[in-house]
Amino acid sequence: MPRTWWLRDLFFLALFIAVLIGAWWAIEYAATIWPVMRYYNRILVIMGINITLAVSLNIINGHAGQFSLGHAGFMAVGAYSAAFLTVYYFGPYVEKMPEGSTQQVVWQNVLLVVAVLAGALTSAIAGYIVGLPSLRLRGDYLAIVTLGFGEIIRVMILNIDKIGAARGLTGIPPWNNFFWVFFFCGLTILISHRLVQSSVGRAFLAIREDQIAAESMGVDTTRYKVKAFIIGSCLAGAAGALFAHYSPAYLNPTMFTFIRSFEVVAMVVLGGLGSISGSIVAAIILTFLPEGLRAVKDYMPGGRDPRMVIYSIMLIVLMLTRPQGLFGRKELWEFLPRRKDKIPKEKRDEGGDQLDRDAGPPVT
Amino acid sequence: MQELLQNLLNGIAAGSIYALIALGYTMVYGILKLINFAHGDVFMIGSFVGFYAGGWFSKQLHGATGGSSPASAAVVLLLSMIVCGALGYLNERVAYRPLRNAPRIASLITAIGISFLLEYGGQFVFGPDPKFFPTLIEKHLINIGGVVTTNYQLIVLGVAIVFMAILQYIVYGTKFGRAMRAVSFNFETASLMGIPTDRVISTTFVIGSMLAAVAGILFGLAYPKIDPLMGVMPGLKAFVSAVLGGIGNVPGAVVGGLLIGVIEAFVGGSRFSNYRDAIAFVILIVILLFRPSGLFGKYQPEKV
Amino acid sequence: MKRNVLVAITCALALAFLGCPPKNAETPNATTTGGDGEILVGEYGSLTGNQATFGTSTHNAIMLAVDEINGAGGVNGRKIKVQTEDDQSKAEEAANAVTKLIAQNNVVAVLGEVASSSSIAAAPICQNNKIPMITPSSTNPAVTKKGDYIFRMCFLDDYQGASMARYLRQTLGIKNVAILIDNKSDYSTGLAKYFGDAFTAMGGTIVGTQSFTSGDSDFRAQLTAIRTTKPELIYIPAYYNDVGQIAIQARDLGMNMPLAGGDGWESPKLIEIGGKALEGCFYSNHYFFGDTNPIVRNFVEKYKQRYSATPDALAALAYDAARVLADAMKRAGGKTDGPTLREAIAATKGFAGVTGTINLGPDRNPEGKTLVIVEVKGGELTLKAKVEPEGAPAATGTATTTTTGTTGTQ
Repeated sequence: MPRTWWLRDLFFLALFIAVLIGAWWAIEYAATIWPVMRYYNRILVIMGINITLAVSLNIINGHAGQFSLGHAGFMAVGAYSAAFLTVYYFGPYVEKMPEGSTQQVVWQNVLLVVAVLAGALTSAIAGYIVGLPSLRLRGDYLAIVTLGFGEIIRVMILNIDKIGAARGLTGIPPWNNFFWVFFFCGLTILISHRLVQSSVGRAFLAIREDQIAAESMGVDTTRYKVKAFIIGSCLAGAAGALFAHYSPAYLNPTMFTFIRSFEVVAMVVLGGLGSISGSIVAAIILTFLPEGLRAVKDYMPGGRDPRMVIYSIMLIVLMLTRPQGLFGRKELWEFLPRRKDKIPKEKRDEGGDQLDRDAGPPVT
Repeated sequence: MQELLQNLLNGIAAGSIYALIALGYTMVYGILKLINFAHGDVFMIGSFVGFYAGGWFSKQLHGATGGSSPASAAVVLLLSMIVCGALGYLNERVAYRPLRNAPRIASLITAIGISFLLEYGGQFVFGPDPKFFPTLIEKHLINIGGVVTTNYQLIVLGVAIVFMAILQYIVYGTKFGRAMRAVSFNFETASLMGIPTDRVISTTFVIGSMLAAVAGILFGLAYPKIDPLMGVMPGLKAFVSAVLGGIGNVPGAVVGGLLIGVIEAFVGGSRFSNYRDAIAFVILIVILLFRPSGLFGKYQPEKV
Repeated sequence: MKRNVLVAITCALALAFLGCPPKNAETPNATTTGGDGEILVGEYGSLTGNQATFGTSTHNAIMLAVDEINGAGGVNGRKIKVQTEDDQSKAEEAANAVTKLIAQNNVVAVLGEVASSSSIAAAPICQNNKIPMITPSSTNPAVTKKGDYIFRMCFLDDYQGASMARYLRQTLGIKNVAILIDNKSDYSTGLAKYFGDAFTAMGGTIVGTQSFTSGDSDFRAQLTAIRTTKPELIYIPAYYNDVGQIAIQARDLGMNMPLAGGDGWESPKLIEIGGKALEGCFYSNHYFFGDTNPIVRNFVEKYKQRYSATPDALAALAYDAARVLADAMKRAGGKTDGPTLREAIAATKGFAGVTGTINLGPDRNPEGKTLVIVEVKGGELTLKAKVEPEGAPAATGTATTTTTGTTGTQ
């Protein structure tokens, strides 16, 4: 790498932020002309949160090959811890400042980021706690145990009065907006992408392929599985915190049931376990689909919502016909035409995945 | 003391329903190493069949005002068993058999998919509001020294025991049962020995589903409110029961079910009643941490 | 192979986006003030999901009211059109539904919801967009605190709990009560707390508190624990779904004391589920369908005629909400912009509703509403008593079972 590698990264970061701010302002402006943009803005923000969730779950389920069904629990932990901070400490602090002043705006954003990071941290701790017992468990058992943890977290929240219990937590200052959601979304994608290419990611992939072989090769499966849980839950917690601070800024334990976990699982599975771009595309599809289905239900008998029925049928058909999902383990850019002369003949094969791309002679 | 006995009785009655469902889980897992997520929903379908059939029979046999008799109850039970058996068979053929050689994740996701399909499809078809199970048998209150119960609880216990005994006989006393045990011990070798593994697997699913149907009818009798999502919690708790007893172990599932029922009864009336739903999961996690083979299971090392 | 995948993705995306263009997209800058166009009112409710019956009742009543109003010439010559969105009994969907109604359909006001958590989720959106929202049946105090554009038709839980406590202590002279709470429902936990506090303040004793989770089937454990405390009555501020079962199981355990509850019991299915076990049990409610008040009778008959069912309290409240809204629009003289409409609604006083006279106070909640106690007797719902607000003069405009006076017509 050139000695000033960080300049390149900084440039891209600045570019990314600039693009985001541009998009954000464009949407805000458009919303003043076409009120319907407010609705689309909301859908886009929800999409951003879903992408973050899907990509974070993909790290656990896709890259590390562990089957976690309790992701909503991590989201809840992040959401509630961040909201707790803002409702009881940050909010009142900011309230005292002159309304609308630069000082207030700056502090709002700074404290929002702090809250999101705090949520992510708490979730990471939760991920550690959940990850520990998962060490010894295999696929199906792990699934049920993570489901159980998700439910336990939800029941615990239901019984803590300080954060609203069954009433839900209100009074969360809605400091979140398009910019922050997509900033963290981009950050998540970046982390996930860099992670899978790092040695930690290689360890994940090894564990996914064959845990026992990896163990015999000297990979400390224990440590890496827990790491996967920690990172995945950390990012999910960030997503949860962002969700909590976006209008209507209201949290209720019913928002974090197994159904929510299942929706995220559906996104990751649809996109392809192990594919980051797959998770992104699937998250986009599965965010717009329910909104699109709103129109359909008027034609259903009794006006009933067929969304969950369609989800389940889709999953079953998917598993029976194309279990690897949309992209399998590959990424979107691997489908685009590449300059053929750069790739030696032996490696120009269909089934190549990330492990082979940069390596030396193919392993027989 | 009275409270203790009352809770014990309540717990055993509820637990026997869990036990019936758990048997289905444990048998399928023993043979296929697959957690049939959709099993709890087969239980739900059993209840609904009972609801619709029971309502119809009530009207046919006793006129518009309905009524009940043990005969009609037995017919409803049989009908429910047939329907659920067929459902279990379909399930296996359409969704699990094609995926037998696919990675485990695929079958797991398919199982979840079928579970959701039954639940939300049920909501779609039957309507999301709860239905009131018809009275199949007259209710009588029975007072045994301060512990009050109804004949329902005793019927639940009795019927459950009868079916468990039948299953026990099938698995340990018949040739077919031997085939089932062989397949669960080692799939490849069993097929090499000439056992029709496909048929054994299908029949296992059918038997498990029939037991779930019985559980569904008994549940409808004891707790008349039924709705399409009713199978979720009992299904999960039955799974925990199966794990507690040692998954793959038939008597273990029964013991596990009764234990879970009793524990829930005692927790429910205590200070911790808020956490009753979470208790089953806590038990599961504790078991898997400290004794993953369950109470009666044997430790099975993973062969490479 | 690669191409097929790309094609598949594009198709999927296209399909998803196809659903998006709104069915009734308004042109940009469309306004609904003035002109001869229809007045668009939004409704969000639980038409599917586990509170579907609540949403359906509410929806039916709103449509009944709107059709009546339109039939009588509408509001200043303009007809009201209702755009309904389903929130699947979920709080976050409520937020989405309301955003869509406001941003995409350009409604001038919003009606909904029954569940307080959904109302709480939707209120900030209405408030920020200066669109008035009237909740017909959310009883949690937090709802109207969300902003001055949020209004409510029903009494609050603190009032409900305290009134029931007063009735039990002073009228029935009951001293020892046990409470059974649905800990998954904010309605239940809130009402239980208000009742408990008031009851103890009036000298009563809460001998035991147990809780369950709605959707549970077996309540015997909790009931057994309550049995040992020997209460005179058990207060169960939960929904009808669970109450029926609880009653049956209580009787199965040999517990024969009466049970009491709140407006969550109100449903045509209550007796169907609970049957004989509910004999002699009662609950507080917003209205009683057998009330001889002509306004009530009129409403009940029309509802029966159209929907072949007896309207429950939710329907009654929704009917009132829709009519109060229309009345406010009339008073605003045809102007439907947010601030003007808000003023008009806030000024609602002496409105003769099915659920009593509606006077909206400065906190946008109705003041001095009468609590109706409905009892299950002989397998039917009967009126047991009416509890007036403490210290209030005899209510005007709401008839008791003996008088037939009314104020105003509608």
